[in-house]
Amino acid sequence: MAMAEEIEAGEFSAVVAKHRPQIFRFLLASTRDVDLAETLTQDCFLKAHRNWASFRGESSAMTWLMRIAINLQKDHWRNRRMQFWRKTQSNAVDLNDASEWLPSGERSVEQQLMARERVALVSKAVRNLSQRQRTVFLLRYVEEAELSEIAQATGLSEGTVKAHLSRAVTRVRAELGGKR
Amino acid sequence: MNFKDQPGAEKGMREDIKLPGEQNEFDEVLKDFRLSVHAWSEAAYLWPRRSVAPVRRRIWRLATGWALGCILVVGGASTGFWQHHQQAVRSAAARVAEQERLAARQRDQQAREEEEDLMAKVDSDVSRTVPAAMEPLAQLMADDETP
Repeated sequence: MAMAEEIEAGEFSAVVAKHRPQIFRFLLASTRDVDLAETLTQDCFLKAHRNWASFRGESSAMTWLMRIAINLQKDHWRNRRMQFWRKTQSNAVDLNDASEWLPSGERSVEQQLMARERVALVSKAVRNLSQRQRTVFLLRYVEEAELSEIAQATGLSEGTVKAHLSRAVTRVRAELGGKR
Repeated sequence: MNFKDQPGAEKGMREDIKLPGEQNEFDEVLKDFRLSVHAWSEAAYLWPRRSVAPVRRRIWRLATGWALGCILVVGGASTGFWQHHQQAVRSAAARVAEQERLAARQRDQQAREEEEDLMAKVDSDVSRTVPAAMEPLAQLMADDETP
């Protein structure tokens, strides 16, 4: 019995080590708040640990964890007490913009500046998406998940995922097009 | 598991919505966006302050808890004291009212007794004195009574 528990604990530790950075990245991209992303990541793995025994492996561990993370994030924003902060945050100048972190690669300074500007526009557009559209968009274009995986993680049908993704892409495109 | 594990790993952009001409540019922007998020996340994940933040938050939560606890204790104690004080004031007022009621009753009793004494005195005085106009009749009664 103790042996089985040890094996389970070992398995779970391996899952944490493997997927924690990815869960954190998704939550960071969704919330744009490092502390909040860290807290939600911890909550996610705490919840996963509590329910680890009930995980039957019907979906991948990553999809299961992502589902927990999406629900936590949803609960967090649904919380009425956070409405004010959400409004404040969406109106504030974003110092933690993803564009600041764009690797320079082999581009000229001018190309880098342009690329940064475009990434900032995408960030802004993503920020203004509905929560569901944002989740689908980030899972697809940041986490590079398949539509079927997004459907499993969000609990939506593939058709609905496609529809949300299409609207999200249209809005991002419009943001890029309008500022060019 | 098909989610990509390696941050920053390259993969061709999706085929969801294609607009000829602009697609490559849009794909490039999305790729840059992905790379930035990955780089940002990687840097944030390794920041040492991530372990400090929960501690600070815990300290704040603890301080808030203590402050609320103190407010509750002080509030409860002062409410109790205030209630006790109010009760003492009420009982003192009741005592004073009772004393005043007793004194008033005593005064009434005394006044009644004085009035009764006065009336008794007046009756006896009236019964002893005979008006001058009634003197002959009193005389006749006195004569009739003699054998």
